[in-house]
Amino acid sequence: MGLMDKHAIIEKNASLLLVGSLLVVTVGGIVEIAPLFYLDNTIEKVEGMRPYSPLELVGRNIYVREGCYLCHSQMIRPFRDEVERYGHYSLAAESMYDHPFQWGSKRTGPDLARVGDRYSNVWHVEHLTDPRSVVPESIMPSYAFLKDASIDVKDFSTHLVANRRVGVPYNDDMIAHANVDLMAQADPSADTSGLEARYPKAKIGDFDGNPQQVTEMDALVAYLQMLGTLVDFKNYDEATGYR
Amino acid sequence: MKFGTEIVLLSLFAFAAFVAAGFGVDEPFRQHMLVLLIALLGFAAVLLRNTSFAPAAAVDPSAYMDGPIRYGAIATMFWGIVGMTVGVVIALQLAYPDLNIQPWFNFGRLRPLHTSGVIFAFGGNALLCTSMYVVQRTCRARLFGGNLGWFVFWGYQLFIVMAATGYLLGITESREYAEPEWYVDIWLTIVWVAYLILFLGTILKRKEPHIYVANWFYLSFIVTIAMLHVINNLSMPASFLGSKSYSAFSGVQDALTQWWYGHNAVGFFLTAGFLGMMYYFVPKQANRPVYSYRLSIIHFWALIFLYIWAGPHHLHYTALPDWAQTLGMAFSIMLWMPSWGGMINGLMTLSGAWDKLRTDPIIRMMVMAIAFYGMSTFEGPMMSIKTVNSLSHYTDWTIGHVHSGALGWVGMISFGAIYYMVPKLWNRERLYSLRLVTWHFWLATLGIVVYAAVMWVSGIMQGLMWREYDEQGFLVYSFAETVAAMHPYYVMRAIGGAMYLSGALIMAWNITMTILGYQREEDPMPGSVPAFQPKRSGARNWA
Amino acid sequence: MDYNLMREFADSWGLVAMALFFVGAIAFALRPGSRKMADEAAQIPLEDGRS
Repeated sequence: MGLMDKHAIIEKNASLLLVGSLLVVTVGGIVEIAPLFYLDNTIEKVEGMRPYSPLELVGRNIYVREGCYLCHSQMIRPFRDEVERYGHYSLAAESMYDHPFQWGSKRTGPDLARVGDRYSNVWHVEHLTDPRSVVPESIMPSYAFLKDASIDVKDFSTHLVANRRVGVPYNDDMIAHANVDLMAQADPSADTSGLEARYPKAKIGDFDGNPQQVTEMDALVAYLQMLGTLVDFKNYDEATGYR
Repeated sequence: MKFGTEIVLLSLFAFAAFVAAGFGVDEPFRQHMLVLLIALLGFAAVLLRNTSFAPAAAVDPSAYMDGPIRYGAIATMFWGIVGMTVGVVIALQLAYPDLNIQPWFNFGRLRPLHTSGVIFAFGGNALLCTSMYVVQRTCRARLFGGNLGWFVFWGYQLFIVMAATGYLLGITESREYAEPEWYVDIWLTIVWVAYLILFLGTILKRKEPHIYVANWFYLSFIVTIAMLHVINNLSMPASFLGSKSYSAFSGVQDALTQWWYGHNAVGFFLTAGFLGMMYYFVPKQANRPVYSYRLSIIHFWALIFLYIWAGPHHLHYTALPDWAQTLGMAFSIMLWMPSWGGMINGLMTLSGAWDKLRTDPIIRMMVMAIAFYGMSTFEGPMMSIKTVNSLSHYTDWTIGHVHSGALGWVGMISFGAIYYMVPKLWNRERLYSLRLVTWHFWLATLGIVVYAAVMWVSGIMQGLMWREYDEQGFLVYSFAETVAAMHPYYVMRAIGGAMYLSGALIMAWNITMTILGYQREEDPMPGSVPAFQPKRSGARNWA
Repeated sequence: MDYNLMREFADSWGLVAMALFFVGAIAFALRPGSRKMADEAAQIPLEDGRS
């Protein structure tokens, strides 16, 4: 009974109990999760992914701040109805620069993974201001206050630096121009050649219809309008994407 | 000087908050620091009023330390009502969107307030105070570490206040059930480590050779939550004087980390912790030992072993690799076994005393809690099956499932524990009124039934409408039409929630009157006259 | 370390080791001779004279 008597030791020794249970919970987690952190090597190669432009990132932060993810997913599952409703199913690579991810867990409203280019800027501004004026059945709150809120950041380059520290490939050029790019993207009269070179396919324009001011509405609409527009699926090879 | 160090430290932190409120780089951060400043000054003022220069009275080392537990019981009731009220409000917002008041009281900012309010403020305080109660009484030892228990209690309340006000200001990491930003996370880590030291220290100085199984569950809950919290919240602040931080992980890895956390927050916060409660308070209230102690040991190891693997079932059919999804599903289904083992163990503790179900509304509440534990731990594995999940995911079915677990299991077992503890903590002969407990029981039970049934219907309907095709092969419904179809269910759901809330309000009244020392004149519960009990006989399985 | 290698380990030996541990834990709890100790421990909450 030598081994069996040791049971009493575990049952009566608090530190052993602590270590034992910690071991049980960590080993399970590590074995299961660790491989996925090496997934980068095998993640499917898709062309077109780039880090968010400063204005898009500000918009994304507003999306996070207002809790949009609580009602809108950004993850299209590979089902016929979802693909028909929302577009090509989502790829892992499409959220590779997302800190944090915004896949969501509930669809009180529709999926937004590919909402970019589906509606006009005017529609978005109207919808965010008074949702039921364009979609009578909508139960979305109004976000009219975004139109009057100037973008509240002193130096946005610090945000790009923070993102670079966690692995987003913002280069020195992008960081140096962060504040200029932020304003230029919502200003139709600005010189945007540098911005367009740094962030290909970036949408440029006065998103909220108010050229006097770069507002949070500009940023949010800029973000919504780029969602799902970076990857060109004509060049995507399905077979290589399977993991 | 009594509280000398505490007052000095509080003043220093208050000054730091004052500086941060002035020099913060974004407006929400400055406002948040102002909230912190006010809270810290409030604490300091209370301590200053209670300070004295007389030598401290000696503490009886053999007496239990019940002060933080009394405060914790009150805090549980208070935050429970706050969290549930916000829940009813957001339920109504979904039915009547004009109830959104931008920007602070929009659904997107109130919803984390509701989830954190009920999980961490209500549930967390219930766990905090019952764990301190149980560990002292099953170890026959006073809480470890002098005033550490008070620090844990007040530190945790500060965390709640900072998290809640942060959500309203729009300060969030968007990680469900782990929304607070980096500085609030750091504070919670400090409080949680203190909690671990408090709990473990008390176990280590126990006078009882065995560590009772309830303490195992509490201990694994504390340790695992510490690990989950630290890893899931790893992030890089954009500025140390700003509220915004960026998660250390991206995309797939971030999603997996978050749902590894999210699922185990359910497994260890809302299950293991409350099972600790069950394994102490059900035997106490029934006045008989747990049905099978050995089954409870298996329950413990099986539960903590299996739960940790099940997280990926929140990510079925997403961009997460297939093998991880399948593994998550397999372990979720296996999880059904220990859960039902635990349920049977809890229920069978009453074997030979089933009459108490009639006479003791507190037992009735606990039994209903265990029944809902069994129900939602059956529903959960079922929903983790990929084909079921393809329908249920993204719909209200998930919301219904969560609430049958949260309202039914977590809520009811906490209510039962508080009803048990309060008369003992305040040296009252009995509760103010047992009949009010019965009212609470029925309002809560009916509220859950309405809530869960309505969400089943709306969830399944929603899932089916999304995927419905006509003969020509076109989708039948636009998304907006499916939203409109939900309206009657959202109204009914709010009614179910309001019933549950009203039960909790009755409880608050009952508890308040008990604490104040009143006893309601009322007829005894029917059948509560003591009757002969046959001697318990026969060998029981497992025991 | 390579993703495929680790994922294979997670799917095979890792899984077997965890399952063995699990079986061990059950055997542990049900081993002969544990009944007396379990019965003692089960009485702990009820023996507290103070409340």
